[in-house]
Amino acid sequence: MEVKGIKDGILITLEEQDWSKGQQALIQHIKENQAFFEGARLVLDLGNTILRSKELAELSDTLSGQGVVLVGLLSHSMITQETAQLFGLITSLAKPKPAVKKPIEPLDTVLQGEAAVMVHRTMRSGFKVAYQGHVVVLGDVNPGAEILASGSIIVWGRLRGTVHAGAEGDETAVVCALDLSPTQLRIASKAATTPDSQDEPQPEIACIKEGQIIAESWQH
Amino acid sequence: MSGKVITVTSGKGGVGKTTTTANLGIALASLGQKVVCIDSDIGLRNLDVVMGLENRIVYDLIDAVERRCRLTQAMIRDKRYDTLYLIPAAQTRDKTAISPSDMVRLCDQLRTEVDWIIIDSPAGIERGFRNALAPADQVLVVTNPEVSAVRDADRIIGLVEAEEKGPAKLIINRINPSMVKRGDMLSAADVVDLLAVPLIGIVPEDEAVLVSTNHGQPVVLNTKSKAGLAFLNIAKRLMGEAVPWMELDDKAGLLNRLGRLLSGGG
Repeated sequence: MEVKGIKDGILITLEEQDWSKGQQALIQHIKENQAFFEGARLVLDLGNTILRSKELAELSDTLSGQGVVLVGLLSHSMITQETAQLFGLITSLAKPKPAVKKPIEPLDTVLQGEAAVMVHRTMRSGFKVAYQGHVVVLGDVNPGAEILASGSIIVWGRLRGTVHAGAEGDETAVVCALDLSPTQLRIASKAATTPDSQDEPQPEIACIKEGQIIAESWQH
Repeated sequence: MSGKVITVTSGKGGVGKTTTTANLGIALASLGQKVVCIDSDIGLRNLDVVMGLENRIVYDLIDAVERRCRLTQAMIRDKRYDTLYLIPAAQTRDKTAISPSDMVRLCDQLRTEVDWIIIDSPAGIERGFRNALAPADQVLVVTNPEVSAVRDADRIIGLVEAEEKGPAKLIINRINPSMVKRGDMLSAADVVDLLAVPLIGIVPEDEAVLVSTNHGQPVVLNTKSKAGLAFLNIAKRLMGEAVPWMELDDKAGLLNRLGRLLSGGG
């Protein structure tokens, strides 16, 4: 038997045993330490012991006779828990509330973003998207399709049509695609075509470096 | 009866729209369906020639639309199948003589009488194409395994999608298996990969097509022709049958057969 003081009360943990023995031992212990238990609020932890209404009523009465108020019954057994609830006893000890956390101040990382348009379809020959900002395509851009953007162009798919990024002269604009094989690629006032001999398609990003359009593999 | 309107189109000229229309018409009729083929290529008609019905024309599509005749008078019965009809295009007018809504009205009238209405679209993406597209329930895009035809097919598929008539189904016509094998021709897989639409038929290049076209006897009537068989398969697929893709490569087929013989199998 283990006796422990808890927040406003006493917690007694009984070893697993036959209930009549357990009850006897408990009452014995309380009687021996009457001064200590007088007027105490008691929580019992019974482990796996099963306790039914009749037994609990008896226990509760006996404890009252000793001036002890039974306020809670902890158990792993569903039956015991239900019995306890029937008698209006608590079946779990409230965990200490975590200290109230101070709200975390967000770092100043919110970007305003820039205008962009999302094209969620395959752009077939004859389709044209012109936009003041960035253009994102979720799908292929087939030969004969055209994209004109004042910002960058991102194609999540195969880019085989004609694209013009930074169409208003922005040389920092980029074009990237999962398979970058455009008919013609323009950034600001520079233009390039896809070299004939192409290896396995891989994600690439094209940008202007030292006054020239270069495309490099996007491995980072 | 509520007939289904199939529009056969391609964008590019000369890829085999008219041949496809004539052959699908005959194939469906041979399967017991009631079919009307409509030539919407006003001013450049030739479906009547391919079907061998040129000398029977009295009234045409424009006459029917402008109500100079009853619709049934413009329907020419086929020589071979009495459930197959042709509504020919007018040769002396142009595409502006009818509007997309005329075509819708005409087809709605025909729907109650036949199982299939197959419209042969003119090449291009202008008025004539719009006329042919307007009444369509299903669009078949015919292309050849060459870059320019595929490019035009892509454009047409986009326009069909924009009109919410999609997804179009693809027919790859005039594929040459030995050229594909040598790497000199786009394969069916290449074409489908680029166009990303469902395939309904692959028709091999076949001299029999030209010969039969010149005689006004669509190739599907020739049971020995692979192209004819391919068109028949397309017709069956239109009717909802799951037809396996046929072996196009003669040599591979022969080798397979030999192999099976040698191994003692069937």
